[in-house]
Amino acid sequence: MSTEVLHNNHDHHHDHDAEATSKVLFGFWIYIMSDCILFASIFATYIVLHGNTFGGPSGKELFEMPYVLIETFLLLISSFTYGLAMQAMYKANKSQVMLWLSITFLLGFGFICMEINEFHHLILEGNGPSRSAFLSAFFTLVGTHGLHVTCGLVWMIMLMLQLNKHGITAVTSRKLGCLSLFWHFLDIVWIFVFTIVYLMGVM
Amino acid sequence: MSHSTHDSSHGSVKSYIVGFILSIVLTIIPYWLVVGHVMAGDSLVFTVVLFAIAQLLVQLIFFLHLGTAPEQRNNTLSFIFTVIVVVLIAGGSLWVMWNLNYNMMDH
Repeated sequence: MSTEVLHNNHDHHHDHDAEATSKVLFGFWIYIMSDCILFASIFATYIVLHGNTFGGPSGKELFEMPYVLIETFLLLISSFTYGLAMQAMYKANKSQVMLWLSITFLLGFGFICMEINEFHHLILEGNGPSRSAFLSAFFTLVGTHGLHVTCGLVWMIMLMLQLNKHGITAVTSRKLGCLSLFWHFLDIVWIFVFTIVYLMGVM
Repeated sequence: MSHSTHDSSHGSVKSYIVGFILSIVLTIIPYWLVVGHVMAGDSLVFTVVLFAIAQLLVQLIFFLHLGTAPEQRNNTLSFIFTVIVVVLIAGGSLWVMWNLNYNMMDH
């Protein structure tokens, strides 16, 4: 009988954790939806201004497509490896979670380095955000996405430290779940940056 | 908790692999269409946008596990609401600005 009571207690505790997790994830999802609206307004600004080059270079002259394709692949692969980290989390395999998170981090870091390098080149050649309305909108849109990715990377480091210390608990799983939503969301935003800014820019 | 509901809300390694392959394919094809000058004009714009929407759906279903299952319904509903707001903001801005540009021209 005492084991039954214990079991019930355990179940109750488990239900409570599951309920808290689904509430936190839904709340975080609502934040992501508001971030969608932020990106929608920056996308709208970019589309309105993309032709206003003020005698400066247009996207067609500036964008290096093979370079952008590699950036896209880095982010797509990192989204996939984060998914594998989540699957390892459900199996409570801490070392595998850490491994996949590290790979995800490196891919995301590679993406950010490539983006900073691209921005650096543009600014060095005099095509910084103050060159034209097109470039202001370009730097705002791509930069806002890059800033989100950077925040995601800092968050990932913090989570890896917490996982290392506490292991896979209800709290760390919840945080991993939130970052998962965030990371996949950034991948989706990049798909639209890739399509609207780069692919349509070089047409 | 049955295994199938577990799969639908968390996905599986297999669903991630399927989603990943689809997303790579849906990236390479529009890239090739644009860079290889396979198509041109409005039909190219239209095709590339269709590929982006397909990619969006793939990632929503395989990576974010949106669906009609009870535990995902709130997420799906709030997403649909957001899509409506996004279409109003982006579509509305473009419509207004296009008309503004059109009326500012000499004709």
